[in-house]
Amino acid sequence: MSRNFMKHVYGWLLLTPAIILLIAFTHYPTVATIVDSLFSKGTAIRPSRFVGLANYEIMIADPIFWKVLSNNAWYAIGTIPTSIVLAIAMALLVNRSLPGRSLVRMAYFTPTILPMIAVANIWLFFYTPDIGLIDQVAGIFGIGGYNWLGDPTTVLPSIIVMTIWKEAGFFMIFYLAALQNIPPELEEAARLEGSTRWYYFRRVLFPLLMPTTMFVMINAVLNSFKLVDHLFILTKGGPDNASNLLLYYIFESAFSYFDTNYAATLTVVLLGLLALMALMQFYFLDKRVHYR
Amino acid sequence: MKTNRFIPRDFQGVLDAGAAWFLALLWIAPLAYAFWAAFHPGEYAVHFDIFAPLTLANFREALSQAPFLRYAFNTFVLVSTILTAQLVLCTLAAYAFARYRFFGSDIAFALVLVQLMITPEILIVENYGTLARFELIDTILGIGLPYMASAFGIFLLRQAFKSIPKELEEAARLEGCGVFGVLWRVYVPLARPTYLAYGLVSISHHWNNFLWPLVVTNSVETRPLTVGLGIFGAPESGVDWSIISAATLMSVAPLLIAFLLFQRQFVQSFMHAGIK
Repeated sequence: MSRNFMKHVYGWLLLTPAIILLIAFTHYPTVATIVDSLFSKGTAIRPSRFVGLANYEIMIADPIFWKVLSNNAWYAIGTIPTSIVLAIAMALLVNRSLPGRSLVRMAYFTPTILPMIAVANIWLFFYTPDIGLIDQVAGIFGIGGYNWLGDPTTVLPSIIVMTIWKEAGFFMIFYLAALQNIPPELEEAARLEGSTRWYYFRRVLFPLLMPTTMFVMINAVLNSFKLVDHLFILTKGGPDNASNLLLYYIFESAFSYFDTNYAATLTVVLLGLLALMALMQFYFLDKRVHYR
Repeated sequence: MKTNRFIPRDFQGVLDAGAAWFLALLWIAPLAYAFWAAFHPGEYAVHFDIFAPLTLANFREALSQAPFLRYAFNTFVLVSTILTAQLVLCTLAAYAFARYRFFGSDIAFALVLVQLMITPEILIVENYGTLARFELIDTILGIGLPYMASAFGIFLLRQAFKSIPKELEEAARLEGCGVFGVLWRVYVPLARPTYLAYGLVSISHHWNNFLWPLVVTNSVETRPLTVGLGIFGAPESGVDWSIISAATLMSVAPLLIAFLLFQRQFVQSFMHAGIK
């Protein structure tokens, strides 16, 4: 047998264990989700049958679906730009000499390694009416008794603040890595030219950090769709779905209402959104190569 | 001229340091607060007093109300099972992609990359069905299985293997090494930094993972820490705040301590893993 032929055999043998698991838990379920979304919910009396796009019609008429989708959009808009601004500020602050620099950097990064469940547990107490920390402080000024997580207008902002706290330090490290690759001569030159720090940041640093910002942004958007753990502790998507997010709604549909076919339909929407982001990433990463 | 320049810059430096420290204090405050609540009696949870008595009663109480040690053991088994399987499967697959141009390798690689975007937690509904068919619901193996072939790991290791000069492999072959010998003696040792980075990222991800373990488990024998904590801390369970703080700290302690000890490695690993 030729060596060339053995190459194909070895290649596939090495790959087989991984590819079997990948097919079983990524490709097969992706296809099965799409198929399931075309079938009706089966009951003891009426078995599941092909219904075409009926589930999608139900979804489009479902006000909760639209609520959840717009919540996801607001959640992303609320968390990502602020996290990025804070991450850049943190990176700039710890990138120069500073007494106790490693402690400061540690303080910024620590929330990243905490599980979202633990974070939610800690923050839940801040938001609890009357006895919570925020109300205690507000109580000093004579305002208080506010139910931050119980009011549809403040519940999403409350969760956004918590998420920013959790994520800013994580994004900081990517900016730190990028800053370390920027030659210090640039800042020297800018200073010699008499430009202010703000001008240097706006015209030199920020454009140079653009690839990092792109990378962080795409990751942040993905995270905003994938991470819903905190809802289990803080709000369960309530009050009245004011803080419900798409993945949490999928979970509810499948494991609380036992409507796996509707859950599959919702999952198809999520898959579509992720595919869209994959395309965007592809496009922007191309740009990034040109930039270099 | 020197003095002229340095005075304002120094002042700027003080301002910067002040801002950095202020932000750092703000950032660590929630965690510091959890420490405060956990180590003091319940009545001091919102009442700050330097002379408040320290106590471990909250930890004892949390341990008596829920089997956190068992949960910690489950998490440990889960994380090490996943990591071991990932290291083996990803090494083999990455080696295939890095050094063999076999029939269909491009398509196979594209199929692997799909998982970077569509991670298993999104497919909870179908994956739950698959596990049910194999009777793996409520097993630690069941929680781990969807994560074992990690596209991220394959991708990272492939990059690392590709940067290793081919001459080293040829030399090893002349010495009589087979496929696995070359892999074990040349590629694996030279890719150690990548293994470390991937290992730390994988451990912290699975230590903290919640949604999929929640779906799969329903008994004390399999539940990892996050799920145990999630059930424990649910508002309707009506547990005292100080005790929840103690339970929260116990759940994050192993990872937090590891992070504090190996801070540099953690930060560099996350950086390394993100940039590739």
